[in-house]
Amino acid sequence: MFRNQYDTDVTTWSPAGRLFQVEYAMEAVKQGSAAIGLRSKTHIVLGCVNKANSELSSHQKKIFKVDDHIGVAIAGLTADGRVLSRYMRNECINYGFTYESPLPVGRLVVQLADKAQVCTQRSWKRPYGVGLLVAGLDESGAHLYYNCPSGNYFEYQAFAIGSRSQAAKTYLERKFENFTDASRDDLVKDALMAIRETLQGETLKSSVCTIAVVGVGEPFHILDQGTVQQMIDAFEIVGEQEGPDAAAGQEASAEPEQGAGAGAGEGVAPMDI
Amino acid sequence: MNFMASKQPENSLLGPEADSQRTLYPYVTGTSVVALKYKDGILMAADMGGSYGSTLRYKSVERIKPIGKHSLLGASGEISDFQEILRYLDELILYDNMWDDGNSLGPKEVHNYLTRVMYNRRNKFNPLWNSLVLGGVKNGQKYLGTVSMIGVNFEDNHVATGFGNHLARPILRQEWHENLSYEDGVRLLEKCMRVLLYRDRSAINKLQIAKITEEGTTISQPYSLKTYWEFSAFANPAQGAVGTW
Repeated sequence: MFRNQYDTDVTTWSPAGRLFQVEYAMEAVKQGSAAIGLRSKTHIVLGCVNKANSELSSHQKKIFKVDDHIGVAIAGLTADGRVLSRYMRNECINYGFTYESPLPVGRLVVQLADKAQVCTQRSWKRPYGVGLLVAGLDESGAHLYYNCPSGNYFEYQAFAIGSRSQAAKTYLERKFENFTDASRDDLVKDALMAIRETLQGETLKSSVCTIAVVGVGEPFHILDQGTVQQMIDAFEIVGEQEGPDAAAGQEASAEPEQGAGAGAGEGVAPMDI
Repeated sequence: MNFMASKQPENSLLGPEADSQRTLYPYVTGTSVVALKYKDGILMAADMGGSYGSTLRYKSVERIKPIGKHSLLGASGEISDFQEILRYLDELILYDNMWDDGNSLGPKEVHNYLTRVMYNRRNKFNPLWNSLVLGGVKNGQKYLGTVSMIGVNFEDNHVATGFGNHLARPILRQEWHENLSYEDGVRLLEKCMRVLLYRDRSAINKLQIAKITEEGTTISQPYSLKTYWEFSAFANPAQGAVGTW
């Protein structure tokens, strides 16, 4: 995208009917580190690649719990993401207080989208530079939404955003038909596989990624590093085998063979799937 | 001479024209509402009287109304405040429907919303002078709750307002059980309403019974209960109590 005379403020249309500032905001999302989400009928898994500024610093928090039944993964300007997460938490708490019932995720994403739209129509504002993958439960089951800086939102069976997300999307496109009826653990495995795609050769280990799950009967929570590493080892041992087949055997034999796992990972080129 | 400008309470927090903004007493009131859970849902009964003090002035007041697809609201107390509450709920349900997204407010949500409204008004010393009964069924779950004008709220298998608490609930405590049939439920409610008719002077003999199940709501046409006044004790009421009237 090149600079042009219509891109200075968000309230200027280009002759082609584009709002460049909004499109630039979406670029910011594409530059952020990857976040993926996928859902079955009863569960949703969110995952993200952890990026740290330097070796010395801790990585940025990109997955936020919004309520027991809603969580969000972000990509882009994490500061904007934090602010929007706070807004979402507030909305959930207020609804819960008035109605003693969880805010349906479908309504929350619409409120979020309307909030983002405002920033595309005020000359003194700028669009939020963050894309949100909102995972939550409704009366009608499990949902995964993607909220754009443009104020649009879409519902997905599975999606990936951020840098190198295309690799993950390609993987998800191949596998998504199985997701609706997949078990919770299979879903997590698929999430890990999708994250591995975005790493482009880097070893997949639990320090590099974060996984969170929400489902019917399971409040939103981030899986701890140990559990994630176990699951990585479980399917890495089997290598390129399909996730669902491996699942039944793996959970039982989850001996954390950390050494062997890491060695095998470095040897195999994960892109060759 | 007394130079007091007005009868304002000393409490300066209330501000100048505060008294004319607050509800001080009710004018047109409805009496008890009684409701119970039965096998398929909720049954609720209330008479159709609107009293103006001790005068039984209005005799066709509908004190039970359906709310949305899943709830019934019965009210006793100030009728105009009940009508105001119906307007609040109308707007609430309208906005809920406008989402058009497969989610809808169930009886629990409406009950909690009402609790918030009643409690907030009470805190401003401007209560909605009602005792409300909220019943409904959603996704097979039966719900029956009540809220008072001061915001006290709870759920139970059978609830009542006003005199119903004193006269009907003891009957219900004895005779209510899980999975009442529709006929048994109606019989039980009529028994309660009959006692109220005999003993509550603001009750009139014209009532409606409302039913709500997963399928929907039905509010019966107004009808009367059969009464019997030939009890020998009524014949000479002063017999055991000289000087009574």
